[in-house]
Amino acid sequence: MNNMPKTRTQATGPTSRMDGKRILLEVKNLKKHFPIKSGILFQHEVAAVKAVDGVTFHIYEGETLGLVGESGCGKSTTGRTILQLYRPTAGSVKFEGVELTELKGSALRRMRRKMQMVFQDPYASLNPRMSVGRIVAEPLVVHNIGTKKEREERVAELLELVGLNPYFVRRYPHEFSGGQRQRIGLARALALNPKFIVADEPISALDVSIQAQVVNLMQELQENLGLTYLFIAHDLSMVRHLCDRVAVMYLGKLVEVAESEELYTNPLHPYTQALLSAVPVPDPVVEETRQRIILKGDVPSPINPPVGCNFNTRCPVSVDVCFSQEPELIEVLPEHWVACHRVI
Amino acid sequence: MTVAEGAEPISLSEEEYARSSPWLDSWRLFRRNKASVVALIVLAIIFAIAITAKFWTHVGLLDARTGAEARHTINPANLPAQDPYPDPGICARDGQDRNPDWCGWIGEDALVLVQELQCYRPEPDPTQRQWCYLLGGDSSGKDWMTQTVYGAQVSLAVGVVGATMSLIIGLIYGVISGYYGGRVDMVMMRIIDFLYGFPTLVMIILLQVFFTEVAREYQDAGRKGLVGFLLNLNKEMGGLLFLFIALGALAWIGMARQARGLVLSYREKEFVEAARAVGATDRRIIFVHLLPNVLGPLIVLETLAIPGYIFTEAFLSFIGLGVQPGTPSWGAMISEVRTRGGFFSNRHILLVPSVALVITTLAFNFLGDGLRDALDPRMRGT
Repeated sequence: MNNMPKTRTQATGPTSRMDGKRILLEVKNLKKHFPIKSGILFQHEVAAVKAVDGVTFHIYEGETLGLVGESGCGKSTTGRTILQLYRPTAGSVKFEGVELTELKGSALRRMRRKMQMVFQDPYASLNPRMSVGRIVAEPLVVHNIGTKKEREERVAELLELVGLNPYFVRRYPHEFSGGQRQRIGLARALALNPKFIVADEPISALDVSIQAQVVNLMQELQENLGLTYLFIAHDLSMVRHLCDRVAVMYLGKLVEVAESEELYTNPLHPYTQALLSAVPVPDPVVEETRQRIILKGDVPSPINPPVGCNFNTRCPVSVDVCFSQEPELIEVLPEHWVACHRVI
Repeated sequence: MTVAEGAEPISLSEEEYARSSPWLDSWRLFRRNKASVVALIVLAIIFAIAITAKFWTHVGLLDARTGAEARHTINPANLPAQDPYPDPGICARDGQDRNPDWCGWIGEDALVLVQELQCYRPEPDPTQRQWCYLLGGDSSGKDWMTQTVYGAQVSLAVGVVGATMSLIIGLIYGVISGYYGGRVDMVMMRIIDFLYGFPTLVMIILLQVFFTEVAREYQDAGRKGLVGFLLNLNKEMGGLLFLFIALGALAWIGMARQARGLVLSYREKEFVEAARAVGATDRRIIFVHLLPNVLGPLIVLETLAIPGYIFTEAFLSFIGLGVQPGTPSWGAMISEVRTRGGFFSNRHILLVPSVALVITTLAFNFLGDGLRDALDPRMRGT
């Protein structure tokens, strides 16, 4: 029997948390390839979808890192591979210095208490046959924490924490709205008192008015509980509002990583520039002069990505070297990393 | 602790608080479907009659002289075979001759039956007891009504046992195949594809022929060992055991495919991933997350498959490969008409078991329909 986790309130607020800059999570050259198999009886691999193809970044303790990119670029796969829900093809994931990719069985299960996930679809992420109480208590049951009564108390505490009435424990997911379900998902993720939460587009399935509620709740929880988020999204203005740093992904690779304000005011990679040019500005004067960079063509297939720079098929400023050599992610400015031959 | 703004806690009345779970909601949905509720009641009655079959055997068995209900129960399996036509008598209210098959015989007592519970003999013999059957008897003198009631036992047993067996085997097979996937799944599904190629009814007939042959072989060998035990058990059950085995050997195949498909779709749902992210074991994911979701649609499919099992039993008994002779079964009863005629003169001989069969299978169909609406709302109207 383990001890019931207490929701710890962090003394360090959002202002002080960047000072120490302790690295919580370190991802190095992470790859996840999904094999495509063929053959009736003896299957063999004919190709692989390179969903994540060499991603390197780190997350500081207490910060929110935004991961943005078009759909299908490997954002969600990155999040899931970090949590070892998919086993990576190659690369390393270090959480508090512990190499996760080598962990198995009960050692991995113990680490799972420290990192949790919030899902995109609030309708698919809750088991329709379980009551809210059982859903939120599930992590405690799996890790054999507390007695039945202690668990009930903890569930009530968690529901209150995410702004739900503790009376809801006996109700079932279909009785709740999308926003409420997302809160239930948050309560479940918080049950084990994790340090790190991967939020996989937690708001993109919600109404705009509800989005703000959930984002505010997430921020509030971060301040109170000292959480670290990997916030996967494609809503760029929400990311700017919420995230300390932002990483931009394209076709399984990171193209640019920078602090939020720096990225939005000074995007260096042509893809980031195109992406940001699509964000409408809530100022009619500025909006009138906004130049949209329309990229030509489609995202190439991740089965057969282009040689050299991934972005060379659509890049407006590509040169010869882009078609032969893969650019590396280099720190061109302090805390501003770019993978582009044209930016040096 | 802070409560986030915008989350107005909703107050609930005690009644609202107590309501609602998925199963309770399903029951509510089910109740809305009138035909299914009627079917459920009909099935409950049929089940009740089948369970209390012993008490129904003397209903309609009347003392021909006094008209009083006879205190006489007949065990249909133990009736001595009698010459069906020792004394046809005149079994009709209007004094006309009717087919003597209306009359049954028991022991030394002549059994005659006519409508309106009146029996006539040319010269009533006060020393002889006479009995009437409400629905007449068959060619060996067994009460038709008793056989119908006992036949319900066989049909329901085949339906319920067939469904349960195929559900259990199919579920285990399908869940393993769907959950573990990959090579395991491929091999398991190829086996199913192979079995699926056989015509089911032909396979069951061949199995039944095989079992009969084995029984014959062992007849002289003294019935020892496992085979002997099974043969004895089968005899005790009136041939039902082998019928169950033959049905169960093939009925699970379709169910396994369905179970695999459902598991495949639920396995990729985010709530399963959430459980995995928490660190739940495979066992927990299968039993807590997958089975409760998969079970609903499979129960619906099984209920809709029950008429098929009942018909298969009736068909096999009709052609003489089902239950053993002497065990009452609706299929065997229908074949009475084939062996001794009477289709035009005594329609009830055919009608009684046929109507019983139709009512039972229809009731299961309607019940399945209602269950589908209740347990698998996405499938409604299909």
